[in-house]
Amino acid sequence: MPTSIKHVSRRRLLAVTAAATAAVVVLAGCSGSSTSSGPAATSAVSQADIDKAMTTPTTLTFWTWVPDIQKEVALFAKKYPAVKVNVVNAGQGTDAYTKLRTALKAGKGAPDLAQIEYQYIPTFSITKSLVDLRPYGAAANQSKFVDWTWRQVTGPNGEILAYPQDTGPMGMLYRADLFDKYGITVPKTWDEFTAAARKLHAANPKVYLTNLAANEAAAWHGLMWQAGSKPYTVEGTTVGLAVNDAASKKVADYWGGLVKDGVVSTDPDFTDTWFQGFNSGKYATWLTAAWGPVFLSGSAKSTSGKWRAAPLPQWAAGKSTSGNWGGSTSAVIKGTQNPIAAAKFAEFLNTDPETATMFNTVQNFFPATKALLADSAFAGQKSAFFGGQQVNQLFADIGSTVDSGWQWPPFLDQSVKDWTETSGTALANKTDVAAATDQWQSRLTTYAKDQGFTVQGG
Amino acid sequence: MTTITDTVPVAAPASARTGRRGSRARHGNRGYVFVAPFLVCFLLLFLLPLGYAAYLSLFKDRLVGGTVFVGLANYARAVQDPQLIDGVLRVALFFLIQVPIMLAVALFAALAIDSGLLRVASLFRLGIFIPYAVPSVVATLMWGYLYGPDFGPLAQLGDRLGFTAPDLLSSTSMLSSLGNVVTWEFAGYNMIILYAALRTVPADRYEAAAVDGAGAWRTAWHIKIPALRPALLLCLIFSVIGSFQLFAEPNLLQRLAPTVINSSYTPNLYAYRLAFTSQEVNYAAAVSFLLGFVILVVSYVVLFSTSRSRRR
Repeated sequence: MPTSIKHVSRRRLLAVTAAATAAVVVLAGCSGSSTSSGPAATSAVSQADIDKAMTTPTTLTFWTWVPDIQKEVALFAKKYPAVKVNVVNAGQGTDAYTKLRTALKAGKGAPDLAQIEYQYIPTFSITKSLVDLRPYGAAANQSKFVDWTWRQVTGPNGEILAYPQDTGPMGMLYRADLFDKYGITVPKTWDEFTAAARKLHAANPKVYLTNLAANEAAAWHGLMWQAGSKPYTVEGTTVGLAVNDAASKKVADYWGGLVKDGVVSTDPDFTDTWFQGFNSGKYATWLTAAWGPVFLSGSAKSTSGKWRAAPLPQWAAGKSTSGNWGGSTSAVIKGTQNPIAAAKFAEFLNTDPETATMFNTVQNFFPATKALLADSAFAGQKSAFFGGQQVNQLFADIGSTVDSGWQWPPFLDQSVKDWTETSGTALANKTDVAAATDQWQSRLTTYAKDQGFTVQGG
Repeated sequence: MTTITDTVPVAAPASARTGRRGSRARHGNRGYVFVAPFLVCFLLLFLLPLGYAAYLSLFKDRLVGGTVFVGLANYARAVQDPQLIDGVLRVALFFLIQVPIMLAVALFAALAIDSGLLRVASLFRLGIFIPYAVPSVVATLMWGYLYGPDFGPLAQLGDRLGFTAPDLLSSTSMLSSLGNVVTWEFAGYNMIILYAALRTVPADRYEAAAVDGAGAWRTAWHIKIPALRPALLLCLIFSVIGSFQLFAEPNLLQRLAPTVINSSYTPNLYAYRLAFTSQEVNYAAAVSFLLGFVILVVSYVVLFSTSRSRRR
């Protein structure tokens, strides 16, 4: 090839690269984080405006992973035929939140409404991504919901950021047949639980009293919640971090001890091996939330009739407290072009008695509305999987013992990641969990400070 | 010994001989027209995002306080980050052990198939290549099951025969298990490259070897392997880049062993988690560039050390 062309092409390449870099700089300068603030109201919206919005043909996009939610949406469509709701499954949990964050950052592609679990509300309120629902008459619904759920959806200045949909107060599901076989009485305190764990494992080394998944930060938080820990306190941009407070360390020492003795397993949950564990009788109990019974009846069909439900063991005899694991809300996302319709849809979906009942009978959610919890048909349901026990009544009672002082941090993803790599790993490797909890605290504090928060405690 | 003199005729381009400048310029322009579609894609999908990532890495977007310009602070933090250093050392170890094994397997397979001693060589060629055609997601899920400590085949065999199967997903075995999956996936790919290179070896060399009385093994050692030098180098460079960028396999096995594979198991996984879980996009960009620089250095070292031996 003639050398002159080689020279030309090299110069050309430099020119192209220079042009590219210049283009990038210009583009980057022009673009910026554009949070398009949609026409969300700041003062109360009049009934006339609401009526107008609900009769104007609109399309709402709703990101949710609740299966079969079309049935509840259909009820809304019957009442407000002009408003069409597009249900989109954008993934489950963290997958959906990642997409939502990306869409919000990009400034387009975000839905009008999204399903957000309680623990993630601060993560989205810190970036001011949730619409305050007070102008749309949300405050009138407060009395319909269980107190601590309403506290969870209330922002630092009294804003109402979402409508509670379902809850997950924690209890204990146990294999009555295995308990009978090995002579175990249902433990009412954690000390009794320890004794039962040792006795059971000594009798049959292939069976464990329970499995505490080393990757399930949510369950661990629920147990911390029950123990009275207050790991996160949020006041705007000031956060109090105490994930290693006395109650948390108590929980860490307790489970660290059981795991070290080898009487409790730490298999990751929601994997094939874990499901097999239930079916084969490897785990004699499951410390889980109110959505657990129905989940178990679907995943461990071969053990039907052998399970019973009971409250969690307590730290002190005679007490009754619990924590919460899971449960979602419906929130309206900033940037929506139809805030009135979206707010009213969220309200209808979660307060209408018919949809609330349907959430329980079709999706088997545990209700957040006081009305349904008190409903005799709901509470009186006898579950065949649990040998005819009235499981709903039990969990409804447990639900009222959940501490309402609990708060979540605005960076839960980071906290979960740090927990899994410190305490979770310590559980899996049978090393000192209390020391790992200190590491969790220091990692999280470093992150929070790095992100510009004022950190107290720790 | 028989010697071969390679005679490759060099033809001078017609336009240089006639010296017509106009047609030469037209030749050049036509070339750019053909390359233009690629250049446009290259610019839009590669250079621009790269430039934007470089731009992002100079800033810091905090949850409180917005975006601030921090210059090279992200890079300074990355260089001292123990998690990143851990990850880089881990993939370096992975590279040092897995790549020679994989290339040895690929080389042996290519030589075997090329030797003409196999009856259905094309079947073997296809069989060894098929794992590459399997998407890495499917492959990892499949291997995840095979490695399963309770219900995988090895564990079941152990159950039957009475020994406890080693936990292949524990922290001591995880890297080897990953290495096994990656070798299984890419040995075929490398074998095809080596086999194609073997096909270009001129036949007269084999005749010369036969005349000198060389058998199959000596032919392989003295003729085929030296001829494969450039192809082996190519495979080696691909493997450097591939193993340092290890992501898909650890990401998928993390679900089965979440406490063994932490978020900084490999640098790429670390960058991904930083961007999407911790929302530290700027730091993730800095980590990615630093990883790219490390790969650049390693590739250069590899190229330098192999070309030096050739000059000798």
